[in-house]
Amino acid sequence: MNLPLVGAAVDRADGRVKVTGAARYTADVALPNAAYAVMVTSEIARGRIASVDAVRARSLQGVLAVLSYENAPRVRAEGNDNAFALSLLQDDRVRYDREPVAVVVGESLERAHHAASLVRIAYEAQAPVTSIETSTDRYAPEEIFGHPASVTRGDPEAALSAAAIQVRRVYSTPVEHHNPMEPHATIASWDGDRLTVYDATQGITNVRKRLAAIFEIPVENVRVISSFLGGGFGGKGGVWSHVALAAMAARVVGRTVKLVLTRPQMFGSVGYRPRTIQAIALGADRDGRLSAIAHDVLSQTSVFDEFVESSGLVTKMLYAAPNVRTTHTLARVNAATPTYMRAPGEASGTFALESAMDELAYAAGIDSIELRLRNYAQTDPDDGKEFSSKHLRECYALGAEKIGWSERDVRPRSMRNGRLLLGMGMATATYPANRVSASAVVRMEADGSVVVRSGTQDLGTGSYTVYAQLAATILELPLERVRMELGDTDLPPAPLSAGSWTAASVGSAVYEAASALRDRLRKGEKAPLEARADAKAAWGGRYSTHAFGAQFARVEVDPDLGEVRVRAMIGAFAAGRILNRKTARSQYLGGMVFGIGMALHEETRFDASTGRIVNANLAGYLVPVNADVGSMEAYIVEEEDAHVNPIGVKGVGELGATGSAAAIATAVFHATGVRVRDLPITPEKLLQP
Amino acid sequence: MNGEARELCVEPRVTLLDALREHLDLTGTKKGCDQGTCGACTVLVDGRRVLSCLTLAVMHAGASVTTIEGVARGDALHPVQDAFVEHDAFQCGYCTPGQILCAIALLQEGRTLDDAAIREQMSGNLCRCGAYENIVAAVRAVAERTT
Repeated sequence: MNLPLVGAAVDRADGRVKVTGAARYTADVALPNAAYAVMVTSEIARGRIASVDAVRARSLQGVLAVLSYENAPRVRAEGNDNAFALSLLQDDRVRYDREPVAVVVGESLERAHHAASLVRIAYEAQAPVTSIETSTDRYAPEEIFGHPASVTRGDPEAALSAAAIQVRRVYSTPVEHHNPMEPHATIASWDGDRLTVYDATQGITNVRKRLAAIFEIPVENVRVISSFLGGGFGGKGGVWSHVALAAMAARVVGRTVKLVLTRPQMFGSVGYRPRTIQAIALGADRDGRLSAIAHDVLSQTSVFDEFVESSGLVTKMLYAAPNVRTTHTLARVNAATPTYMRAPGEASGTFALESAMDELAYAAGIDSIELRLRNYAQTDPDDGKEFSSKHLRECYALGAEKIGWSERDVRPRSMRNGRLLLGMGMATATYPANRVSASAVVRMEADGSVVVRSGTQDLGTGSYTVYAQLAATILELPLERVRMELGDTDLPPAPLSAGSWTAASVGSAVYEAASALRDRLRKGEKAPLEARADAKAAWGGRYSTHAFGAQFARVEVDPDLGEVRVRAMIGAFAAGRILNRKTARSQYLGGMVFGIGMALHEETRFDASTGRIVNANLAGYLVPVNADVGSMEAYIVEEEDAHVNPIGVKGVGELGATGSAAAIATAVFHATGVRVRDLPITPEKLLQP
Repeated sequence: MNGEARELCVEPRVTLLDALREHLDLTGTKKGCDQGTCGACTVLVDGRRVLSCLTLAVMHAGASVTTIEGVARGDALHPVQDAFVEHDAFQCGYCTPGQILCAIALLQEGRTLDDAAIREQMSGNLCRCGAYENIVAAVRAVAERTT
């Protein structure tokens, strides 16, 4: 294939509009005669609405409607295998904190907010189940993303009992909320039975299908537009209640309606990473060779729907061990339905597994990298398939060199900088390379310029840039002659931007369409001319397809205050062909920063008696700020993969968010000798005797 | 407003941020939290950094307000804008207008002496995409060129 293995470090095509404020995100779109909708959300986590008093709200000048279960139109709110069940004001039940219970529509933003504050809702509260520890409603889900949810290979319990070295530990991760900087936003307009929606979404095609189902109109009647997205991280992957509520409100008032969530509402009906409790058991011989791994995951879901945090999937595949068990159990709690959050399963799962591997390294007296090399999986231990490519050894070696791993004195509390304790840690990163069906059209105009069209999204991942680069390379054109159109269901359909599959999926479609166009031009056909490709989903086939990497961290810990500062992070990643060196590096670095948040800062806290969230804002829910991040670098390990898909791309969006929390956690142990197995690692956990 | 006189009649409760976004169609200034915790709504009022969500429009009658739309000179980007593109100091771009206005003010105030100072001073502007390393590189590059 005539493509460079690592694409040029081209500036973002949408760079100029983003630094000048010209890029219109959903809430920036100004439509004529638009009204403003504001949600009212529940103040209990479980119970019923006893009464809705909207008299004062309705009496305000400029208030167009107050909708609650008493007067909302009947729609289809139930979920299915591909869609979450929603809260669309259909009955008086309250199932979680901050569940939408009313919608107010006003002539101005201020009037709508004021009216919303005047809606008085009385509740009959019931005692909620507020934690997975206290939940008695537990069950084992059957599958996760088409994989069996529980797998046993060999006889792990017998192998564990017989192992010379056994590590049995329990790790836990908290509820985390995505908190993209852009709050969710929807603008809805009806024209008869036709609905046009501007939506901050990672999947315009899914929004279209879901709204058609909810309002029982043909899919073709719904158009969804999403030109710029202010981050998503999985949170904008599901179609959530507010999207349909905006459309419902627009239908009731007969006007265009704009609905933007407040930051506290971002902790309500739009998903989160669920809490996990993960029991890990490793059995190894004196040389550290694994004979058995068991990884039993308990995570939470809502009382009305299912989401599984697939923390155990990674464990089936990562290390060569003859006896393996991974299980997933769900506990129902009175909280909203959880969802995918950057590296769902792999981020939380690698924290537990890689922390346990560090504990094994200490138990066996073996260097952490050497331990991983002794258990290196040459083929996928789960299904015996060959890896389509795997350059993890190179990642370990490069990362170790760049962080200065050889300077590390392995003994805990052995390295200091004045009164500060120094620590170094590492972990493996990995994420599956998936591909789903996607379509694209590549068109050359009479003037020789080219437009690439696909109904995908740009979350900040670089979609406007990399597909134009790909088409320009294939058509041998200067990049400025090629532009990308995306974010509109009038374009050829593309998948949800999730699972790190967009570059592989949309990229393969663009590759096929651009190649077809090039061949027709070579045969003498003249522009204007276009070619379309409908690339099929492909999962694996003969090969096991995964991206890999190695994460390294250097931390300083104040022994008196327990304060952890990340001084440096190094990542080395092999993810097949890289379409753009610059934007890929940024995605890797961003994933690593997500790991800093997971390791040290992020935790949504629930009141144990009421089930209400007590830190639903960015002052109480901490995300990493600039000063929390030390020097960072992400290195690209070149990797040619002839099997994974036509363009050899594995995807980079989530890989950097795996292993990063474990690298920091193991560095903190190295610095302090204190093993924190419950994230986040806050100062008080380091100061406990 | 960005060097032009603009007349506006709004209710007293309208914040400067909502006045910009909903009444003047200056949507480059972003609402990230509406609570003064994220920095996305940073604008310059008489040259000083202000969180426009925490102040009312009527409090600034007669003031000089600079938003992201007023930073470039025609087609020529401000050096900080150029540096943000060159160093890929953003991904989704939602926090970027606030980051750029904050950086411009810091450079004018001479607060960008080293990386640690840049990191500390830019910490009021959250970036969930995690572009911090590149933001520091962009601000440093402009600081080095101008001193």
